[in-house]
Amino acid sequence: MRFYNNLTISQKQIVWAWIFLALPVLFYVVIRFYPTANAFVLSFQEWNLLGDRKYVGLENYAKLFSDPVFWKVFKNTFMYLILGTPVSLVLSFIIAYHLDKVRFMHGTIRALYFLPFMTSAVAMAWVWRWFYQPVPIGVFNNFLASFGISQIEFLSSTTNALPSVLACAVWAGLGFQVIIFMAGLRAIPQSYYEAARIDGVSTWTVLTEITIPLLKPTIVFLVVFSSIGFLRIFDQVFNMTTNNPGGPLNSTKPLVLLIYDTAFNGFNMGYAAAQTVVLFTILLVVSLIQLRLLKDS
Amino acid sequence: MASQDIAVKPSTDALFSGSSRNSRRNMGQFIRWALLFGGGILMIMPIVFMVSTSLKFPFEVYNLNLIPEEPTIENYTYVLEDGRFYRWFVNSLVISIITTASAVFFDALVGYALCKFKFPGRYLVFIAILSTLMIPTEMLVIPWYLMSKSFGWLDTYWGIMFPGVMTAFGTFLMKQFFETVPDDFLEAARIDGLNEFQIWWQVAMPLVRPALAALAIFVFLGNWTAFIWPLIVTNSVEMYTLPVGLSSFGDEVDVAWELIMTGAAISTLPTLVVFLIFQRFIIRGVVMAGLKG
Amino acid sequence: MKRNRLRTFMLGAATAAMTMAAGTGGASAVEIEYWQYFFEARVDAMDKLIENFEAANPDITVKMTHFPYDSYRTKVAAAIPAGQGPDVVQLFYGWLNDYVEAELIQPLPADTFPPEKIEEEFFPMVKAMRMGDSYWALPTAVRSLALFYNERMFEEAGIENPPANLDELVETAKKLTKKDGAGNLTAVGLTTGMTAQDHHWIREVLIRQFGGEPYLDDYKTVNYNNEAGLKAFGFYNDLQAKHGVTKAAFMDEPQAAFKAGRAGMHIDGSFRIGALESVRGLKWGVAELPAGPDGTKSNYSSYWVNAITSKAEGEKFDAAVKFMEYLTSDEAMQIWLETVGELPAKPSAAMTDENVNHPVYGPFIKGLEYAKTTVFANESAQRQAMVDMMQRIELQGQALEESVAQAAEEEQKILDEYYKK
Repeated sequence: MRFYNNLTISQKQIVWAWIFLALPVLFYVVIRFYPTANAFVLSFQEWNLLGDRKYVGLENYAKLFSDPVFWKVFKNTFMYLILGTPVSLVLSFIIAYHLDKVRFMHGTIRALYFLPFMTSAVAMAWVWRWFYQPVPIGVFNNFLASFGISQIEFLSSTTNALPSVLACAVWAGLGFQVIIFMAGLRAIPQSYYEAARIDGVSTWTVLTEITIPLLKPTIVFLVVFSSIGFLRIFDQVFNMTTNNPGGPLNSTKPLVLLIYDTAFNGFNMGYAAAQTVVLFTILLVVSLIQLRLLKDS
Repeated sequence: MASQDIAVKPSTDALFSGSSRNSRRNMGQFIRWALLFGGGILMIMPIVFMVSTSLKFPFEVYNLNLIPEEPTIENYTYVLEDGRFYRWFVNSLVISIITTASAVFFDALVGYALCKFKFPGRYLVFIAILSTLMIPTEMLVIPWYLMSKSFGWLDTYWGIMFPGVMTAFGTFLMKQFFETVPDDFLEAARIDGLNEFQIWWQVAMPLVRPALAALAIFVFLGNWTAFIWPLIVTNSVEMYTLPVGLSSFGDEVDVAWELIMTGAAISTLPTLVVFLIFQRFIIRGVVMAGLKG
Repeated sequence: MKRNRLRTFMLGAATAAMTMAAGTGGASAVEIEYWQYFFEARVDAMDKLIENFEAANPDITVKMTHFPYDSYRTKVAAAIPAGQGPDVVQLFYGWLNDYVEAELIQPLPADTFPPEKIEEEFFPMVKAMRMGDSYWALPTAVRSLALFYNERMFEEAGIENPPANLDELVETAKKLTKKDGAGNLTAVGLTTGMTAQDHHWIREVLIRQFGGEPYLDDYKTVNYNNEAGLKAFGFYNDLQAKHGVTKAAFMDEPQAAFKAGRAGMHIDGSFRIGALESVRGLKWGVAELPAGPDGTKSNYSSYWVNAITSKAEGEKFDAAVKFMEYLTSDEAMQIWLETVGELPAKPSAAMTDENVNHPVYGPFIKGLEYAKTTVFANESAQRQAMVDMMQRIELQGQALEESVAQAAEEEQKILDEYYKK
């Protein structure tokens, strides 16, 4: 105790930080970092899950980078990110911002937006698959047909399939982002708004000068987290293209689906680990760039 | 709940005077409400469809009509009559509740430490924890399985729970929300003689209650729907969680979609209850923050 | 070698222990564990088999564990190498190679399961389970393909009999196809979809019927990039492109279209019977697959096999062998047929008059006599090569010859990689 009392304030902070972090750090090292390290080692090996592991050097990586399917998948993965993150963030912000100002049936409306996030991805993907069917079955195409618009191939087209799958993913994740934005909006101390009210500034100014700057931590979180989410997209693609995973002609296949396929259909664990390492690197680089760009000045 | 909402809202109406402006405002408010409500209804259409399919006989499933010609609750009785269903339900509930409590506690603790303490290696620890989001679960399952086997955790609640007792997602979320807590508050508490743990628990935590509530909802949901790890770690049917149990409506070549929809509808209900409970806190937390701020 | 000696030792020890136990008056029970994937009928059937087996062998108990199909393979692959899991395990025939190579299963003892006797008793495609001098696994039941047809649509179109050959198949399909005013298909004459069973139909049936042989060299060399292959794929492609009697992935999945009464004919496996029976209001019949231009008949068979894992030693091994013996008996096969609807793996159990003339099982059982079993290195990847082949033609307008050549190359690559070890 005396030892503790002799410490400077900043030294005390360090001590407390590690008291807070001791157990969690142990947890992360054993439960998370160890298996991750394992995947890194595995990426230099050949292993079919059943037999022995065998070192093959860089062979897995060489194979990966010379595989045209990988580059296609690489491109798809970034398409999900580039289209998905901005669209879902803008939509969810608009919804959260307005929902925040609505009183009548507020809780009910919020629940409506959140429900898709709570429902089983398998069940929902099936419903969406049927929505996308051609006439006479598909809901969307029937709708278009009733306006005399010729039908659109959604999931069976190499160009439309990815946005179609993405729409389902954005839909499913929207509620999550709305809730986080709501929590962020509600965490802004009211005193700021009161001050603004006294000054009589316009709604637009309040939005751009107070709300958005004060939401920055929330926005940083959502940008980084949903980017990770879109780069790791799997459930919706897997379940919506269940008969032809990632198809047609690999046009919807993201990296995680490639990993899944290599690991659990091909049982080529080393190759899957190499793909995992590539995914890890992409995610880390993208997250670090985003954190740097969004850093408070 | 409505009364809280009103208490929370800054009464912007006071800004405006004059009845014509007021009615135009009311019109605007109504349009805003109608658009949000309409959007909400669109959002749940696929879910309405799911419920409708769960009320159909197999022969009608592919007719894709919204209102079943011959509605039936046969699928529900089939799923609920299976005695194992209740066991799976309880398993999922126990696991989700414990994991949620643990994750909310630890994620807030770590998030706070990473946000409010200045210490060397802080950014590194943060990035390291964040980086655990970047490995797909599928690749972690095998090492976890071997680990569980050597510790004797296979087929136990702890075995199912351990990967989720802390989450990088929650840590990151809480760290961001603690950033909105002014340092002055903490400093004042420090001068009052509270130790750091007390400051965190008694001063900082109540201020981020909306985020804690959101986190609780997400962690509960994540555990409630977790599939691949519970599947791998359990051996006996009695230890299955709900998603693992419900997944047995499909086999090699065929899937009974009406049963999948039924299972999905049933398992959505508890999450809805949890959501409705916790979403109140998203509001109440703000009342407190508002008062203190 | 070392393991064998160990086993002999263990066997001796076990026998000694049993004699001692018998001497003191109580038979000690051996418990063996059995794994399969969960499907209600399969679990029910296995419960019955276990009950019968335990009644006949009071000193052995069998504990069955089952997992959802979705990840059964992963589960088994994770558990067995970790020393967990079953003594007797149900595996898909296509996985056998990996399990043999990793020494996770052991050969069936030649004294109880002499290879010559197996080859005499079982349908010929079971030969795929032989490696070297011994059999490593055996099925209780097998599946084959047949043509399902919608009786109501046949009646409406005035069709009397299901098509007997490929020309009739096209003609019949034309009569069954329905279109709306805008020319959109509302019902297909014949379902197609490479993602379902069609890739099997092409590989083992159409290619052979057009005079080819899909693979050479024990399924290690692709052999369909030739005249017969092109004819087979051309015939299949023409169904949609030329005759317009079908659309790939119409109603998402072929079986969905058939269940919904929007498909006149549908080629599928015997495993579909149960699901179709539960569709009220659908009247359907089954026929043998249409014969080829020169009358050639062929079929594809797949099956799940039971194998003894290397974990089973000593008295557990003996018990496992006894259990395997029962699982491959005529009695077990008949129970499996009645409960699950999968076909017996031995002609002696399958080709009874009652089974052959059965309106539903009959056509499938007849198919077993000339069925082939593809040895896959990676079934989903090899299937994907064919899925992509047809989609390149349909979506990207690639020429048939080019697309087939590309698919053959891709599939050969998968095979080469797998067998290079």
